[in-house]
Amino acid sequence: MANTKEVRKQIASIKSTQKITSAMEMVAASKMRKTQDAMLVGQPYSQKIKEVISHVATSNSEYSHPFFEERKTKKVCFIIVSTDKGLCGGLNINLFKSVIAKAAELNKNEIDASFAIIGSKAAGFFKSVGGEIVAKTEKLGDKPNPEDLIGLTKIVLDLHKNNEVDEVYLCSNKFVNTMTQQPDVQQLIPLPSMEQDEKVKQYWDYIYEPEAEILLEGLLTRYIESLIYQAVVENVACEQAAKMLAMKNATDNAGDLIKELELLYNNVRQAAITQELSEIVGGAAAV
Amino acid sequence: MSVIKVSIVSSNEEIFSGEATMVFATGSLGELGIAPGHTPLLTGLAPGPVRVQNNSDEETFFCSGGFIEVQPDIVTILSDTAERADSLDEAAAIKAKEQAEKDLSDKDDNIDYAKAAAQLAEAAARLKTIQKIRKNQ
Repeated sequence: MANTKEVRKQIASIKSTQKITSAMEMVAASKMRKTQDAMLVGQPYSQKIKEVISHVATSNSEYSHPFFEERKTKKVCFIIVSTDKGLCGGLNINLFKSVIAKAAELNKNEIDASFAIIGSKAAGFFKSVGGEIVAKTEKLGDKPNPEDLIGLTKIVLDLHKNNEVDEVYLCSNKFVNTMTQQPDVQQLIPLPSMEQDEKVKQYWDYIYEPEAEILLEGLLTRYIESLIYQAVVENVACEQAAKMLAMKNATDNAGDLIKELELLYNNVRQAAITQELSEIVGGAAAV
Repeated sequence: MSVIKVSIVSSNEEIFSGEATMVFATGSLGELGIAPGHTPLLTGLAPGPVRVQNNSDEETFFCSGGFIEVQPDIVTILSDTAERADSLDEAAAIKAKEQAEKDLSDKDDNIDYAKAAAQLAEAAARLKTIQKIRKNQ
């Protein structure tokens, strides 16, 4: 039988853990609002650049960029957006699961996979399971800078340019709402065809200054950078939401545990008192 | 007087959105003045001021490079958040590559799908157990 001192100690330790998790929950809740704002702030840019790209796609340009071309796929690159810290439930695991499923499916068709990694969690996972890592960026913090992703994007795009990689996928979590985050594998290259803008359907082309090739190259690079940046920002919002939920659950569980232990504590205490009483009564009867 | 819709955006904020009678910007090949009804144009933007004129009002913004797209009734300026140069991009790429190579150089290129699946299954099972415990309480 456990003694009262032991149980009391356990209760105290769970209580202090509960304090920590409830503090973490509150921190995550306040950060979540900020990261959600950051997610919205970036939207005008990605929307505008998407519009411009769809204009470009509908124009009858004399130059067609390799990012629009489909070619026979021998190797793909997955850009994986993960968090730097844990304690956020199944957020990263669910994402890795869908990535691995996709990679295994491609592997059956003899298509190799390589990985470009954003975030420490993905780095740790792919380090332990193997796989070719072409680039890695981590510790972006809660407010990622677009500049932090330039290097990684360039490596992936260069691989595509040199025909070392034929398709590029962006894997990240989509923020559905505070309770739900959805892992998502999105094709970046070749660019999926876009819906046409009704207003600009007739035969036309831009005046390009200086050259169509240079401009489209730059513009499409920015577009892909902006997609990756948006995914990273959205993933941060997902991380905070998932963390808040995980910590709320942990706090609730700690509460339940404490209740149970208190019950046990009272039982043990009562048992001890009863035993002592019966000893006294027994002793008195013997005298 | 006809107007043209102007939006200036950068990847972490919307800088300006509104109407204008004239837009002045520094293109990569020189100064541009864009009036409503301009022919479609796509050009790079050099770091410098962008002036948006609406009748007598004028607002000036600073853009550190980017792109400008002109349609007869729309001007879209996609501003970069920082000045970009090929050499800087190259340096950033080298850094990202080095990071990848630093602690992974001894790993072989083939992913161990079985191992990955096992690890994921274990983690998922752990999560499920936690959820189950919680439900039963």
